[in-house]
Amino acid sequence: MTLDKLLVVAAALFCCGLYTVMTRRNAVAVLMGVELILNAANINFVAFSFFLSRVMGGQIFAVFVIVLAAAEAAVALAIFLRMFATTGTVEVDAADEMKG
Amino acid sequence: MIRYAYIIPLLPLASFFINLAVGKRLPRKGDWLSLATILAGLGMSIGIFLEVFQAYDPNFKYHVVAPWLTVGDRFVLNVGILVDNITAIMLLVVTGVSTLVHLFSIGYMHGDPRYSRFFAYLSIFSFSMLGLVLAESFFFIYVFWELVGLSSYLLIGFWFEKKSAADACKKAFIANRVGDFGFLIGTLIIFATCGGVLGYDQVFQAIGEGKLSGTLLTIAGIGIFCGAIGKSAQFPLHVWLPDAMEGPTPVSALIHAATMVAAGVYLVGRVYPIFTPDAFLFIAYIGFITLFIAATIALTQNDIKKVLAYSTISQLGFMIMGLGVGGFTAGLAHLTTHAAFKACLFLGSGSIIHAVHSQDLREMGALRKKMPITFITFLIATLAIAGVPGFSGFFSKDMILAAALEFGMKNPQHYILFFGALFTAGMTAFYMFRLVIMAFFGKAKDHHKYDHAHESPPNMWVPLVVLAILSFSFWFKSPFVEKGWFQTLITKPPTVANLAKAAAAPASMEHAAVMAADASHGSAPVESRPGQAASHGTPAPAGASHDAAPAMHGESHDAAPVLHGESHDEAAHDAHIAHTAHIYAMYSSVAVGTLGIFLAFVVYSFGWIDPARVANSVKPLYTFLLNKWYFDELYDKTVIGGSVSFAKSLAWFDLHVVDGLVNLVAQLGVFLSFLVGKFDNYVVDGAVNGLASATIGGGSVLRRLQTGKLYHYVFVLAGGALVIFLIKAF
Repeated sequence: MTLDKLLVVAAALFCCGLYTVMTRRNAVAVLMGVELILNAANINFVAFSFFLSRVMGGQIFAVFVIVLAAAEAAVALAIFLRMFATTGTVEVDAADEMKG
Repeated sequence: MIRYAYIIPLLPLASFFINLAVGKRLPRKGDWLSLATILAGLGMSIGIFLEVFQAYDPNFKYHVVAPWLTVGDRFVLNVGILVDNITAIMLLVVTGVSTLVHLFSIGYMHGDPRYSRFFAYLSIFSFSMLGLVLAESFFFIYVFWELVGLSSYLLIGFWFEKKSAADACKKAFIANRVGDFGFLIGTLIIFATCGGVLGYDQVFQAIGEGKLSGTLLTIAGIGIFCGAIGKSAQFPLHVWLPDAMEGPTPVSALIHAATMVAAGVYLVGRVYPIFTPDAFLFIAYIGFITLFIAATIALTQNDIKKVLAYSTISQLGFMIMGLGVGGFTAGLAHLTTHAAFKACLFLGSGSIIHAVHSQDLREMGALRKKMPITFITFLIATLAIAGVPGFSGFFSKDMILAAALEFGMKNPQHYILFFGALFTAGMTAFYMFRLVIMAFFGKAKDHHKYDHAHESPPNMWVPLVVLAILSFSFWFKSPFVEKGWFQTLITKPPTVANLAKAAAAPASMEHAAVMAADASHGSAPVESRPGQAASHGTPAPAGASHDAAPAMHGESHDAAPVLHGESHDEAAHDAHIAHTAHIYAMYSSVAVGTLGIFLAFVVYSFGWIDPARVANSVKPLYTFLLNKWYFDELYDKTVIGGSVSFAKSLAWFDLHVVDGLVNLVAQLGVFLSFLVGKFDNYVVDGAVNGLASATIGGGSVLRRLQTGKLYHYVFVLAGGALVIFLIKAF
């Protein structure tokens, strides 16, 4: 197992996530895409830390990102609930009242 | 007692404020308060006078001074009082006459609606006059000088419902102000040149040191004398005094006979050392012109108070001329004696007016039987003013004539001063006896008025008797001695004017300065006077000029003893001149006085000469005199007319030029505003609006970027990241 392979996996995961964010209209799906992107980053952190460093900084960073992602999901899902209560949909295109 | 001299003016001041505030509610409307304060002042003045008299020292001086106002570290304004022999006598004159006038007024002003106000005014006048007498600096004498002017304004205009009285008080005030302006200028010249000092002693010292000399000193002296011209009613400004007779008669006696008009004479006497010979000549001629003009006018007047007013002006002219020709003692002696007899004459005329309710001499006559006390006192005062030996007027007028004659003998071109004054002394006797004869002798001309006439009550005739007693000459000089106490105590102060600069060569300067050291004219000492002053050291081009100055008669005793041997003869010669002048003056004044009285009886009593025919034969002259030399008309045409036309031209200037300018400026402003408005509308507003529309335009372009489509944003985000990645990679 080498660093390159891990980075390729992470890049593939990132691209999947980015594609999901850019193409999906459902807010929950977009959130899922964001989770993929975050996890791609996590893989990078852990991989670089494992291969290039003797301390566990990358791993700890990844743990923080996971916690952060959980918090993000909680907040975002709450927002979606309110959005659904207000507009009756969770389509991201519908939430464009603040457009100029 | 002398230590408390400052209380004398303060008492009437307190009485003034109390009477002004609550006078009406006081018992007897407060007249007793004014009388009591001035009586206390009289008591203190007598005490001070006795103290001074006991010292019997010509150089007696009590001078206290305290800093009052300090400006920076150079100028200190002092407050203080100065009591010397002149002050002591003036205090006595002022408080004495004032007390009697207060007493007289209680009867004369009885029942007047503003009775207490009148006494308040009398008090403020007494305060100002006493302050003026006690002042020790040019500053304070000026302050009190103006206060005297104010109080005389209030008293002359006391019956201001009468238009003539209201006009008269304005005239008096304005004429006085004209003179006071000169006084102010003189004081300022002294203030500016003498290093910011104003006390008499300091100024005399500074002038003695030569800080102020020559023409400027002459101008300063004449400027200060202008104050005296105004207040003592001298020639160009004498017009106010006759009109001031519109005031109540006691006021005429107080202000226009005894005290206020004497203030000018007092001022000249007080600042005597600073006058230069030229200034003295000016003073002498002003006095001479005044005494002559006033006496000629007095010959023709028919209003009893007008006659007395012009005789007052004439007598003041005598005093001023006496001072001007070097008769320091003479001028102040006449001031003192005149105060008594002229106050007596005015109060006597008040008594007559009170009795017959008329001021016109042609409606009186034979009053001597009805009013014996008034008649006797009036006659005594008239004898005094006519200069009959044994009466006070003889004593003082004789001294003035002697001084004028002495001056004439030394400077023959000025003999006219003596002969004119002598002639006027004769006229004085004539017109005063004309007054007495028309009022008291002959037959009653208006029987209605004659029947109602009666002697005045005691509080009116007691002052008359007191003043008449004071009109005898033994009060001033016993007939058995050469020199009375007055001549001993009042001696000419040494001059401080640095004559050398004014006169001739610089070589004489130090001698002239020494001259200031000591002098005593009038006492005519026979001891040797070595050095005889600068004038002999440097013969001036004009032969008479070294003796021309009256100030220079007081030669130096202390001058360097080496100069000239013949000076002893000169001194003896001077003493001889003085002696001769005195004898000639005495005989000639008695002669013309008698002649004047005789003529008056001839014309008005015996009827040998009909006055109407005389008047007819010199009609133009008579009319000229009756109309008072047309001075009022002249001033009306020139000064007043000039002022009015000047004011009119100023008004035209104001209306057309100034207003035109203002309007032009206004129109320019309007035009400019129009331009500015346009600029505002188009440029400023344009900029503001342009900015707004640019913002709107920019906004509408930029808003397109905000699509609200999430994937657009993510696309831009990712694209941006890719671009940064590519830039970093290559």
